[in-house]
Amino acid sequence: MKARVHVMLKDGVLDPQGQAVAHALGALGFEGVGEVRQGKVIDLDLAGTDRAAAEAQVREMCEKLLANTVIERYDIEIG
Amino acid sequence: MKAAVLVFPGSNCDRDLAVAFRNAGAEVSMVWHKDDALPEGVDVVGIPGGFSFGDYLRCGAIAARSPITRAVIEHTHRGGYALGICNGFQVLTETGILPGALMRNAGLKFVCKPVDLTVETVDSAFTAGYAKGQGITIPIAHHDGNYVADADLVARLRDEDRITFTYRDNPNGSVADIAGILSENRRVLGLMPHPERAAEPAHGGTDGAALFRSLVGALALA
Repeated sequence: MKARVHVMLKDGVLDPQGQAVAHALGALGFEGVGEVRQGKVIDLDLAGTDRAAAEAQVREMCEKLLANTVIERYDIEIG
Repeated sequence: MKAAVLVFPGSNCDRDLAVAFRNAGAEVSMVWHKDDALPEGVDVVGIPGGFSFGDYLRCGAIAARSPITRAVIEHTHRGGYALGICNGFQVLTETGILPGALMRNAGLKFVCKPVDLTVETVDSAFTAGYAKGQGITIPIAHHDGNYVADADLVARLRDEDRITFTYRDNPNGSVADIAGILSENRRVLGLMPHPERAAEPAHGGTDGAALFRSLVGALALA
């Protein structure tokens, strides 16, 4: 079973890398770009077949390692 | 007085930190990250600077889940002392031993230079050798030293006198110019500047030496 985790900075946490990307897009002539936020995608290949169990397991992974919940939030997709 | 210095793959200030502890009079042992226990009778654990695990995932994130780090968490819960410098500070915030987080520098660049700091509190074994308000110069060398904390946490750190050092000219965007903070029991210090790189005349400055002298002195008496 595949799982995909999106890790993003929480709203309100300043994202200097996202700001730099926004500036670079402006410099390339792309107009109308508002705020840009940069995050991470983590793909996992899991042995189990139970979707609910997989989601619970990935949630625990996020809490323990994949995200720093002081500054980041995460979303889980089970595929 | 016994100090243990942790060594992770990618640590690169471990030996400098050991020399600084030793010159201040501590007996030092180096401890590999795969060990699951600290040496018997360790008073203070030093978590060195560097790029543990290549800064993969987040700076300090993998080191914070290493076997030896579990032993460090237990050591601090028992009231043991710990000093985390640069990557070591990142490891301490990733474990939750110290609050807040360290993010990419606001200017996005790696900054490597001596910086002027103000000593904000002398009420700790780490800072008792300085004068309150004293200006000291200590090098920084980091890409992710931008200390982030919400307004409530900053207010609590201020009220509890837990901010040890502030930058006089903020190099990285840290909230409230914070360069170093103490744990609630004042026995764990995390800071981005490198006092072990300003600990003897050949370094070009010795303002960091008082931190090691006062820590080793306080623990030798304890």
